[in-house]
Amino acid sequence: MIRRRLWLWLPLLAIALLCGLFALQLSRPKDEFVRSALIGQPLPAFSLKPAVPGGPGLASSDFADGKPRLLNVFASWCVPCAAEAPQLTALKAGGAEIMAVAIRDTPGDVASFLDAYGNPFSAIGADPYSQLQIALGSSGVPETFVIDGRGVIRHQHIGDIRASDVPRLLEELQDAG
Amino acid sequence: MRLLLALLLAMLPIAAPAQDSLPPAPYAYRQLDDPALEREARDLMETLRCLTCQSQSIADSDAPMAGDMRHQVRTRLAGGESPEQVRGWLIARYGDYISYRPAVSAATWPLFAVPVLLLLVAVVVVARRLGRGAR
Repeated sequence: MIRRRLWLWLPLLAIALLCGLFALQLSRPKDEFVRSALIGQPLPAFSLKPAVPGGPGLASSDFADGKPRLLNVFASWCVPCAAEAPQLTALKAGGAEIMAVAIRDTPGDVASFLDAYGNPFSAIGADPYSQLQIALGSSGVPETFVIDGRGVIRHQHIGDIRASDVPRLLEELQDAG
Repeated sequence: MRLLLALLLAMLPIAAPAQDSLPPAPYAYRQLDDPALEREARDLMETLRCLTCQSQSIADSDAPMAGDMRHQVRTRLAGGESPEQVRGWLIARYGDYISYRPAVSAATWPLFAVPVLLLLVAVVVVARRLGRGAR
């Protein structure tokens, strides 16, 4: 009889555990970032036309020459991209070489964006249909990838680079060297 | 009167500059000429998640990036790839998250195993009860 009574408590215990699990998950902030699954893998092969007339375009062969680089995914129509411009300038001043890809952009818009916010980029490729962005597993703008000297993707920074992210990115770049 | 005008002006929607001015990719809204291939593309696009609007499929979404993904799906199928190859290519980039079609993996197998297990337990319980009743 007593054994049977103990059994009766089991469903209640199960529900309590379930409620505890819900409470725990609800109290955690939701991570909506979709991370690239390509970290640790080589850059996909690509070759992009210049995003600004007269400037250099961007190809996967520009990487993998022994020097680690940043690859910044941006767009002139993206507000946080303008917000991270001073941080990119600081990264360049810290010794980083920054390559960029402009997503769904026009040459005129990119040129006026660079005029307004500065141009820390060594080369900017145009990606009018987000093809490289999708090939990189990137899900928005801005995003910044650390590419090591062998052309392998080492790190992905999602969202705009804040001032507090600059030292960490420089460190990642150094580790990738 | 001037206050009223100011209030009315304040209610006017302000154009958000957070959208690009480029026209959609060629195959974002254009169907493939081969109806059989277009059907395959549509079936696949309905099971791929839009990244900027995460509760919609890329077939349902008007987000520019969803259009670019539809372009990618259609041109790849037209280039001779199978729908599952395209799905695999995307999963290699974004993880299982990009696909709405559930797949059995090391992390998801309990979702498939638990219902079967519960059904077996239920069958055993019912069989025992019925057996007891007959005695």
